[in-house]
Amino acid sequence: MDWQGQKLAEQLMQLMLIAVSVIAFTTGYLMASFQMMILIYAGGVVLTTLVTVPNWPFFNRHPLKWLDPTELEKHPKPQPSLNTTSKKKSVKK
Amino acid sequence: MHSLGYRTNALLTFAVTVLALMCGMASLSDNLNFPSPSAQVKVLNINWFKKQPNANDQVSMTLNISADLQSLFTWNTKQVFVFLAAEYETPKNSLNQISLWDAIIPSKEHAKFWIHTSNKYRFIDQGSNLRGKEYNLTMHWHVMPKTGKMFADKIVMPGHRLPEEYR
Repeated sequence: MDWQGQKLAEQLMQLMLIAVSVIAFTTGYLMASFQMMILIYAGGVVLTTLVTVPNWPFFNRHPLKWLDPTELEKHPKPQPSLNTTSKKKSVKK
Repeated sequence: MHSLGYRTNALLTFAVTVLALMCGMASLSDNLNFPSPSAQVKVLNINWFKKQPNANDQVSMTLNISADLQSLFTWNTKQVFVFLAAEYETPKNSLNQISLWDAIIPSKEHAKFWIHTSNKYRFIDQGSNLRGKEYNLTMHWHVMPKTGKMFADKIVMPGHRLPEEYR
């Protein structure tokens, strides 16, 4: 799952659970049945689990683009030199 | 949200929090119910009335209890506990309460009832103050909800009097 997918999964989870709880509460209250509220909410939690927990393909639409290894070789990592460390020490003094 | 376990954990935590909020709202919705229960109790007969060897007065009576408690039930009600108490004043105690009968009402269908019974629990005074005593019969009830706050109320039925003599 990529970064965008993680954000989408979290927002989708919260939105779906809140929507289902509102539906469950109003239906339960109007039907005067506590059991109905619990059943609808339980169904909603299972549905939300199925949608947001597995790593579905639509959570992977924005893959990270890493640099090629050849590109990396052209721009080597700057190596720490002795010169810089001694400079830092002098600053501290 | 990067792994399966992390997403499951986040989902369950949030789901339980939302469920707790729903239960809280269900409990609050009970305040929108304004019940109008009714109850009548008739003392049909004083079966016997005696002084025990230890000087405590004891009464056995036949009661006719009819009540309509259907309006106490809401969607969030599990059951209603109801009991009938004799209440009177003695020189020693300003309020004596003696439970004579009780019942658990499991559903709205059973909340309108009529029962003919002698007192289920013994009516014994602490002392011998009952001759000619005026007492109230009080119907108490406790509404037990599925979630949240418990409610209790009562109907007082005054103007009952015990006989002047033992029999």
